Amino acid sequence: MKTYGLLVDFTACIGCKACMETCKEVNRLPGGLSDELNAENYSVVKQQGDLYYRQMCMHCLTPSCVSVCPVGALEKTSAGPVNYDGSKCMGCRYCMVACPFNVPRYEWDKAAPVVRKCIMCIDRLAEGKEPACAWVCPMGATRFGERDRLLEIAHARIKKYPDRYVDHVYGEHEVGGTSVLMLSSVPFADLGFRSGLPHEALPELTWTVLRKIPNIVFTTGIILGGVWWVINRRMELDRENHKSDSE
Amino acid sequence: MRTTSLILSRKNLALFLPLAGLSLILLVFTLVRFTKGLGAVTNLSDAFPWGLWVGFDVVCGVALAAGGFILTGIVYLFNSERYKPVLRPAILTAFLGYLLVCLGLMYDLGKPWNIWHPLVMWNPHSVMFEVAWCVMLYTTVLALEFGSIVAEAMNWKKLVMAFHAVAVPLVLAGVLLSTLHQSSLGSLFLIVPQKLHPLWYSSLLPLNFWLSAVAVGFATVILESYTTSKLMKRGLELELLIDLGRFLWLALVVYLTVRLQDMALRGALSHVLDGGLESTAFLIEMSLFASALILLTIRRTHASKLGLFFAALFALLGVVMNRLNVSIIGLVSDSGVKYFPSWGEIVITATLTAMGFTIFFILVRFLPIFPPDEGHPNHVPTAAKH
Repeated sequence: MKTYGLLVDFTACIGCKACMETCKEVNRLPGGLSDELNAENYSVVKQQGDLYYRQMCMHCLTPSCVSVCPVGALEKTSAGPVNYDGSKCMGCRYCMVACPFNVPRYEWDKAAPVVRKCIMCIDRLAEGKEPACAWVCPMGATRFGERDRLLEIAHARIKKYPDRYVDHVYGEHEVGGTSVLMLSSVPFADLGFRSGLPHEALPELTWTVLRKIPNIVFTTGIILGGVWWVINRRMELDRENHKSDSE
Repeated sequence: MRTTSLILSRKNLALFLPLAGLSLILLVFTLVRFTKGLGAVTNLSDAFPWGLWVGFDVVCGVALAAGGFILTGIVYLFNSERYKPVLRPAILTAFLGYLLVCLGLMYDLGKPWNIWHPLVMWNPHSVMFEVAWCVMLYTTVLALEFGSIVAEAMNWKKLVMAFHAVAVPLVLAGVLLSTLHQSSLGSLFLIVPQKLHPLWYSSLLPLNFWLSAVAVGFATVILESYTTSKLMKRGLELELLIDLGRFLWLALVVYLTVRLQDMALRGALSHVLDGGLESTAFLIEMSLFASALILLTIRRTHASKLGLFFAALFALLGVVMNRLNVSIIGLVSDSGVKYFPSWGEIVITATLTAMGFTIFFILVRFLPIFPPDEGHPNHVPTAAKH
């Protein structure tokens, strides 16, 4: 199966926020448009100087949130979206702690809260449509397509207009790569994007420990059981010797 | 059995009234928490999703229960009858500690009624999945270990014999589960290398957490023996405590050596004197450990009741500080917000903890937790030996 993604070219964005409005409609999110990501805004358009840029779930290729979720409420689909099933979620919020991009939001004011984040319009994708934000964007600043193809486009643009772009496709390598790719005219760190992220996927950090567990349990169990058996046996022998001595 | 008049004495009433008041406040906060959501009672936010309830109730609560696996391991697996007098208080503390953890989770989880989900919805790649299973299984083990004490007090002979038959495998399971659980609380933070301050982020977090749990296990046993001997005017197993103090010293030395060596190799020592929140918190943590070590090293204090008490107290506070540093303070700077627990968080944590202590002191009066004290401070019961 082909894996899809979004390419967001900040330099093409005019800040009309049509993506934010459509996102709210499609995902049935209440409330008004916000300047920051929250439980009612899966995606925001921000401004710095005369540059507009978007913030949303990056849909990592090897997502930390998916790896840390104890109940598998988060899932990386082969098509690209990182999906979320609120009915499985027990609300430990480890995904929020673990996300390298600080994306998942929580319904702090609800008695039965769930995590909120962009799911790349997974239902629309299933119907053969593109995500709402890409579909509505009048400038083509957010573009949907196969990730490989989007990467080619991104690099072609940087090559063609080296003065217009910083030579960095955000999401190409960050934490092992993300399905959402971004192009900018200023360094991403200046816009508040986390820079210096490793090129390796983060879940490997915990998996290197977790995969040792069966071995730890087995080995420690054998050693401790063995220690018990040896000590116990020696005490038994001691007692027997003691008995025969006193007889 | 002691008479019930003890619990109705004036001293107990003085303890009971503030507790009743606290319970009322707890009830109010609980109602708000479960009707208006986490945001109504906590200072948690999207930028700082874990706070005091995770950092103290869960991460520290589990650490403070470490005496259980240390003492059961020593007595049952290493067959050291000598430590039997302090075994049961350690089991009781561990059991109450884990109940506190479970109760704390009920407040902290967004949808606590889904807490059973990890039983059927598996994700072995998640440290939290491991934590969830450890909490469930080890609480069960502790309930059984505690149950054997109750069975003996009630003189249910068949149950006592059944417990006796499975004691060793049960204890072995408990030690393994504790090892996994203590270390997994450290592993939780392995996935946030860019968020946790370099003073604490290390690939050795799971090992550090396990080693510090061993130390705090010895420390809690010393503290329990000392405080209950004061409060209940019973004898103190000083010789035992001196030996436990030696183990504590050793555990601390190993733990600190591993941590400081690791910090030196990672190049994190340069942050020690940075001056900010993190370096202050780190220095407090280290001073506590250093104070404990000094008290346990000096000849005059390492063999005195008070010296041991303070050494254990400092060691325990050092571990608490370390776990708060990893789970809260070390994450503040990257989050961009200044988290400090709200009154709701503090009151609920304090009340639950106070209730744990109260239940401990009530239970030690009614159950054979401490050995019968007949004026022999070093009296070791031999009846339990077969």
